[in-house]
Amino acid sequence: MKNIIEVRDVKTVFNNNYIHDGISLDVKQGEIYGLLGPSGCGKTTLLREMVMLQKFSSGSIKILGHELNHIKYKEAQKLRQEWGVLFQAGALFSSLSIRDNIAFPLVEYTDLSEKMINEIVEFKINIVGLNQSAANLYPSQISGGMKKKAALARSLAMDPKLLFLDEPTSGLDPISAREFDALILKLRDLLGLTIVMVSHDLQSIYDTLDSVAIIDNKKVVYEGSLDNIKSVKNEFVQTLFGKYDE
Amino acid sequence: MSNSSLKILHIDNKLSLIFKGELNLNNISQYQNQIDSIDIKDLSNIVIDLNSIDFIDSAAAIFIYGLENNLLYKDVKINTVCINTEVIDMLLLVKRDKESSSKIENITKRSLIEKIGAHTHQNYLGFLSFMAFLGELFTNKAHYIISPKNIRLKEIAFEINESGIKALGIVALTSFLIGLVIAYQSAYQLKIYGANIFIVDMLGISVLRELSPVITAIVIAGRSGSAFTAQIGAMKITEELDAMRTMGFDPYRFLVLPRIVALIITLPILIFVSDMMAILGGMLVANIDLGITTELFLDRFNEVISFKHFMIGISKGPFFAFLIATIGIYRGLMVKNDTQSIGFNTTKSVVESIFAVIVCDAIFSIIFTSLGI
Repeated sequence: MKNIIEVRDVKTVFNNNYIHDGISLDVKQGEIYGLLGPSGCGKTTLLREMVMLQKFSSGSIKILGHELNHIKYKEAQKLRQEWGVLFQAGALFSSLSIRDNIAFPLVEYTDLSEKMINEIVEFKINIVGLNQSAANLYPSQISGGMKKKAALARSLAMDPKLLFLDEPTSGLDPISAREFDALILKLRDLLGLTIVMVSHDLQSIYDTLDSVAIIDNKKVVYEGSLDNIKSVKNEFVQTLFGKYDE
Repeated sequence: MSNSSLKILHIDNKLSLIFKGELNLNNISQYQNQIDSIDIKDLSNIVIDLNSIDFIDSAAAIFIYGLENNLLYKDVKINTVCINTEVIDMLLLVKRDKESSSKIENITKRSLIEKIGAHTHQNYLGFLSFMAFLGELFTNKAHYIISPKNIRLKEIAFEINESGIKALGIVALTSFLIGLVIAYQSAYQLKIYGANIFIVDMLGISVLRELSPVITAIVIAGRSGSAFTAQIGAMKITEELDAMRTMGFDPYRFLVLPRIVALIITLPILIFVSDMMAILGGMLVANIDLGITTELFLDRFNEVISFKHFMIGISKGPFFAFLIATIGIYRGLMVKNDTQSIGFNTTKSVVESIFAVIVCDAIFSIIFTSLGI
């Protein structure tokens, strides 16, 4: 299968402090790919580098065929419409209602009629399992779980091929978290998404991920499926997966 | 406490420290003092007897560990005896931890010169980042000019309402009172010389040229500058700015430029309102205190105050607006990922923009005077 994301030998240095020291990984089309590792190992930093929020010091990242190192302004704008990003706390625009949040990219980037946009927004709200009555509320008026769903709906607004999720289940209660996992699997099958996510939630890791990359000590210590992960000689992997039986 | 004790036996060059009862963080300092008072120069053998202890907490275990280590340097033979396994476990735990873990680094104190250097460097970096911000701002302005459809009229209108129309009341009231006070204070002086009518000259020039622009700018800096910083800072903390960037919406286009443009449009209008209100306040005092009728006041005003004074005052508006808005927004973008920094940057934003307005006014004053206008 085609590689959607290719990360090659990425190094990140902050004030002479290496965050990444040569990270390479591949994300294939249609898979749910997890970035795991202990706190502070630079998972979120890597995610931010992939979505062009942060620059890396050396190496290369290729996303949907675009090389991020020397990407032109127009290409970058095009790329940004082809992915969706879900931030940890949702990052909904607080001055806009949920409906307007989801409609925002559609209003700005497309010339669809208002009626059409409304229908698309309704569809996205349904597909993430949000109540239609929440559409006219503002982000400050809804719960954390609803915020995540609304933010997911917004990131799906432009029908992206690629979705980045930063700890999608953190801060959710166990039931909502499992619902969210099921939702992610459903969306992958329905919309043919490729999903990259950072997660700490073991249940969610086992339920959703096809492949994982374990980042520890500035490097990728394991990349591949979860099946033979227990044979990896690494303290973090052993602590996280060692005692767990499916 | 009461149920613990330390017995010190000193025989020849052998010292026994016999602890009894419960050893915890409430009584170790007292024992430390007791032990410190012993002259250990000619000792060769020390026994720490913990046999009759029934409880030890971690602080006390660290105390025992420290005791052993301190004496170790002085070439003394130490024996710690203990039979209670719980106590031994605690001592071992502390020992293992102390030997393996790294110490918290002491913060090295900086000398005065180092501090000044670091501070200067910090300010220099701050200046550079402000320049980088201005650079980005101007390249984005270029985008604006190239394709007018990039202009966000809706946002600009919203900001004009927020920072302009809603500020009318406070600007009007402040200016009215300033005009009133200035006229009242000078009326007293002018009366002495019988130069009552000159209140019109004095008020007209000072208000139109200097007072109104500066007072309005200061009110707006306190009102809108701080609001810009807090709004954009909060958006940065909640990752809204990042979310916008990943969706391809440049925050400069959506948040920064509309605010700057809106303020550039509104400030001259607010200065005009302020002019009117301040003169009105002065006119009122002139009428009551100096007996100058409205007709006389306006006639004289028409005669002595030329149009250029008004224009000079108004033309300062866009410059002040640019300073207030850019500093406010720049400070907002400087907010780090903690709530403290919102307060810090909001304060900085107001102080810096008021300072910048006054410096700018001084520069204008010099330029206009040397140009003879």
